[in-house]
Amino acid sequence: MEVKENIISILVNNKPDVLARISGTLSGRGFNIESISANVTKDPARTKIIITTLGSKATLAKIIKQIAKLVDIIAVEDLTGRKAIRREMFLVRLNWGQEGRKEKIAALVEKKKWKLLCADDETCILEISGENGALLAEVMELNELGLEDFTRTGVVALERC
Amino acid sequence: MKISGAQILFKVLEAEGVEVIFGYPGGAVIGIYDEMTRQKIRHILVRHEQGAIHAADGYARASGKVGVCLVTSGPGATNTVTGIANAYLDSIPVVIFTGQVPTPLIGSDAFQEVDITGITRPCTKHNYLVRNIAELGKVVHEAFRIAQSGRPGPVLVDLPKDIMQTEIDEANLDINGGYSYEERLPTTAEIDEVVRLFGAAQKPLLFSGGGVILAKASLELRRLAKTLRAPVTSSLMGLGAFPAASPLWLGMPGMHGTYAANMALCHCDLLIGVGVRFDDRVTSKVEAFAPNARIIHIDIDPVSIDKIVNSHLALNCDAKSALAILDERLIATGFQPSPTVAVWLEQIQDWKKEHPLGYRKGGAIKPQFVVEKLCELSGGKAIVATEVGQSQMWAAQFFSFDEPNCFLTSGGLGTMGFGLPAAIGAQVAYPERLVIDIAGDGSIQMNIQELGTAVESNLPVKIAIINNGFLGMVRQWQEIFYQKRYSHTELPKTPDFVKIAQAYGAKGLRAQREEEVEAIIEEAFATDGVVVMDFIVAPEEGVYPMVKPGAPLDEMDFGTVAAGEKTNRKEKREAGEGGDDPRARAFN
Repeated sequence: MEVKENIISILVNNKPDVLARISGTLSGRGFNIESISANVTKDPARTKIIITTLGSKATLAKIIKQIAKLVDIIAVEDLTGRKAIRREMFLVRLNWGQEGRKEKIAALVEKKKWKLLCADDETCILEISGENGALLAEVMELNELGLEDFTRTGVVALERC
Repeated sequence: MKISGAQILFKVLEAEGVEVIFGYPGGAVIGIYDEMTRQKIRHILVRHEQGAIHAADGYARASGKVGVCLVTSGPGATNTVTGIANAYLDSIPVVIFTGQVPTPLIGSDAFQEVDITGITRPCTKHNYLVRNIAELGKVVHEAFRIAQSGRPGPVLVDLPKDIMQTEIDEANLDINGGYSYEERLPTTAEIDEVVRLFGAAQKPLLFSGGGVILAKASLELRRLAKTLRAPVTSSLMGLGAFPAASPLWLGMPGMHGTYAANMALCHCDLLIGVGVRFDDRVTSKVEAFAPNARIIHIDIDPVSIDKIVNSHLALNCDAKSALAILDERLIATGFQPSPTVAVWLEQIQDWKKEHPLGYRKGGAIKPQFVVEKLCELSGGKAIVATEVGQSQMWAAQFFSFDEPNCFLTSGGLGTMGFGLPAAIGAQVAYPERLVIDIAGDGSIQMNIQELGTAVESNLPVKIAIINNGFLGMVRQWQEIFYQKRYSHTELPKTPDFVKIAQAYGAKGLRAQREEEVEAIIEEAFATDGVVVMDFIVAPEEGVYPMVKPGAPLDEMDFGTVAAGEKTNRKEKREAGEGGDDPRARAFN
């Protein structure tokens, strides 16, 4: 049974406890949530929630059915695979005080088109975004360059053109 | 013209056709109760909020309408949680109104404040905390829509006290819009495929459940069974949708199901499941369930389809429409069942004769005998509510149900204490009918205070206590799996149920010998009032047949009753004489 990362896009009515209901339904039935991102869409009465979850195809089908039957759900889509454009953003804090690090980091920022948001002698904060699959690996490589901490948005996705 | 929140509530209840509320007052709902004095709606005062929710539930199961209950905040609300989970698992349409502290106090750990929407989120179909007066009418209206549509279920509406006292201009009142539900009908292609499978079947079996009763599809089920010439079995929740008196009736399958029903499941080649969810009490060992059958699953809830059992073909739609369309198509195309179906039906009759439900008479009163007598003397006209455990199983086995909405039992959650308040709710729906609660001595004590409700509100329910001095079903498992180590399952001889009945102003009757049973029941049924019948029965009687958890359905234990021992009145009609059957395994 192949376990992979799935992305589900859920369009819901913008009501107070919709998010609580969705996450409760998943956790209550033993499904896991790897990441979750929720915000209003172009229509302020509607919210889009993107969830990534690990599981087989059969598990994913059950998850989608459980979510689809909740009140306030307008649509549920499986965006796993090629069908979607996915992005995630990391804010990363590096300790670049050590000899040689500043130059290496500056070079990486230039090459990968990351953004340097703020800096002092000891630390800097980078904004790194991209397709989430490879991104985590890239960020973890920064361990050698003084990676201290990071925070992630979670995956957002839209169906491909 | 100004209208208050409380008035809006009653206005919407009236528009929804609500005739009765089951409830219990408190601080957070005192304003609503005051408004109630100026309203026509009937209110049944219970003695515990759990009684209110179970009564609303029983009312809904018996009548097919939405049950409504009203309780206060804090402990009043939390006292309904068991009943809400009960309604959720059995898919019963109820709307629960809970009072809440005023909106500025929410979240401050105020007196009698709980986050009831948070607590009940996993066990309600949906719930609401009303945030302002403008949305109150809409929310209540929507709650009723959601409770009844698709797969029914409980909806909770939390009403902050200040909002119920706020006033708006009646001209601004808008209750429409919001939730809508689109019914799905089966496609022509789906119907074609089902009909093709019907034609190819040599050993068809119809398996109907609670969903058929909720869909009000009993008539459509009967018609289809007749057209198909298919035998019918039904889960606990579906009993009554198909008449037990019919020769096509197999009895209930599963852990305590009949031999014939379980054998039919094991040998059928086409299983048509309608409004069932393939619960573990029926399927037992899932890998060995209906091993020779293609399964057609007709269910309104897509989540149920392929959840436990893989279907060959699934129709995700309303049972009533599906059964009607199928029957119409079969008749229109001149459907004839395969000639081998006649052989299958003969096999079915043989199975029914081989191991009819039975028990050994003699000695103390047998619980099965009590249930048989209740059935016989009620003339098949009673509404029967049950508690949970051995008494529930004996009721399901030995009471014959020929009509739907007559068997009110907590199937999914298995809630002891459900029966008495549910019987009360059913009696409210049908004041003229005989309503019986079949209880055990353990279960009856869980909501015994509702005797007060029944007496005071003139709801003449008849309570039959199968009193064996044990928490019977657990005792049976301790006998089978734990070498009779009866850990805390022996119940004391107290209380004296006859005296308790009398203390509440009801009639109390007791039978201690088999010869007394019939007279007690006759007296109870002839009494115009609440009656408690205390039947002192054999203490260690077991529910049989039994399929052990995880065993395939054809591995049934029959207890100590030998095959062919015709003690069951129901089967005496059709049974022939049988010899000793080597498959009957004497117990221990």
